[in-house]
Amino acid sequence: MSGFDESLLGDADETVRVRFVVNGRKVACEVAPRETLVDCLRNALELTGTHAGCEMGACGACLVQLDGRAVHSCLMFAVQADGARIDTIEGFTESGVIADLQAEFHRRNALQCGFCTPGMLVSAHELLSQVTRPSRDEIRDALSGNYCRCTGYEAIVDAIDAVARARSESGGAT
Amino acid sequence: MKARAFSYFRAATIDQALDAHARAGDDARFIAGGQSLVPALSLRLQAPRLLIDITRIGELRGVRREGGFLRIGALTRHCEMLSEPLIAEFAPLLHAAAPFIAHPAIRNRGTFGGSVAQADPASEFPAMTLALDAEIEIIGPSGSRRVKADDFFVDLFETALQPGELITAVFVPLFKADQRFAFDELARRRGDYALVGCGMLATCTGEIIDDIRISFFSVGNTPTRVKGTEATLIGSSLGAERIAAAQAALASDLAPPDSDEVPPAMRLHLARVLLGRMLGRLGEGA
Ligand SMILES: Cc1cc2nc3c(=O)[nH]c(=O)nc-3n(C[C@H](O)[C@H](O)[C@H](O)COP(=O)(O)OP(=O)(O)OC[C@H]3O[C@@H](n4cnc5c(N)ncnc54)[C@H](O)[C@@H]3O)c2cc1C
Repeated sequence: MSGFDESLLGDADETVRVRFVVNGRKVACEVAPRETLVDCLRNALELTGTHAGCEMGACGACLVQLDGRAVHSCLMFAVQADGARIDTIEGFTESGVIADLQAEFHRRNALQCGFCTPGMLVSAHELLSQVTRPSRDEIRDALSGNYCRCTGYEAIVDAIDAVARARSESGGAT
Repeated sequence: MKARAFSYFRAATIDQALDAHARAGDDARFIAGGQSLVPALSLRLQAPRLLIDITRIGELRGVRREGGFLRIGALTRHCEMLSEPLIAEFAPLLHAAAPFIAHPAIRNRGTFGGSVAQADPASEFPAMTLALDAEIEIIGPSGSRRVKADDFFVDLFETALQPGELITAVFVPLFKADQRFAFDELARRRGDYALVGCGMLATCTGEIIDDIRISFFSVGNTPTRVKGTEATLIGSSLGAERIAAAQAALASDLAPPDSDEVPPAMRLHLARVLLGRMLGRLGEGA
């Protein structure tokens, strides 16, 4: 990688080409440096399952996984993700890794408007891949950065708890 | 809620980062985890012309022992404070503080160096560097230096860092067998910035406190060591009377600012409650 090119300073809104692997597929797009990852996912890549809520890291609706860890896609610029692997709710749905979580959310009415659900699922998925049998407190902790404004959290915690139990009873499938 | 346009440069080395900053002048910002800077840009509290991404600079990574210190690279993420065995063994106070910072996804991105540079008076890590008597390693156009945490935090969001300087690492004296530590905070909800928080590190001979450093956060413009309170504890064991004396001494060490949310008297009260609980635990050998 080369050093700093001063001509960069002249054209702040000039787009740059970034490449990432989104949901297992290689993609390239042109982004302005100030474009957040969530805007890039939703607008350029038309992956609108990731929601833009507060746009300051408080609500958790925009969570995606970046190289396997949950991050707020509103708290990074798309250029920063150049070369990274990004997994969104669409990818998790397609691969089936969270099918049981989704079914349990549905069964227990753990969503109403659904705006927070993709973020909730990303947090739940990350938690269950790190801790096989989290306590209810640990589940609440893992969801501390996810706001739900309609159903409340009880059913969401119930759903995650039920999936954790079911998974560990069926022999700890991930 | 969108950042003003800026140019972006990803530095591969410290030299490249310093050079880019020098050439862009005051109008550049380094970006590490972005968990404080991106919201500030989105809210247009800041609008630099150039963002210098330092996250791919290998020299700023890694945790290792160096002499009597643990050298914690500036890019060490909050989540690594929880997972890195060297931190748990040699800087257990940081390990204990980390779960209180924000939420899991923010801990996955936010960096130790970024938190110390930001110097938010409500943040856990800056205050812990004070309790730990840590040293902050800084590099800039005119070379490299180490600044004691005691001299690093100057005022609200203001530190010994000059524009264009980078934190490369924080040096934490290795935790020793005769030391005890405690960390706790009071917050309205898990993950919120604390109403009051505190970390302490004591060196003991048996039950007697030979030395203790106590640092509070969310109590003023900077993380705050309570030296008068520390002095009341040195040379004795942590009995109920001694703890009560320390709690009383807090009033002359802390002057919480007036705020709509938490009146100063309430904050001082919460600080006393927290101190009492923590000293109690410290006395039990926690
Ligand atoms: C919703 C939310 C809740 C949060 N809650 C908490 C909390 O409870 N406690 C807490 O402590 N923090 C909290 N944070 C902040 C978080 O911990 C940040 O990660 C941290 O304060 C800054 O680290 P960063 O790596 O993200 O820095 P950045 O945002 O990248 O940078 C912050 C500032 O530091 C400078 N900087 C970064 N790295 C360096 C370096 N190596 N050398 C010199 N300057 C540098 C940047 O130029 C910038 O000015 C929260 C954030 C959010 C969005």
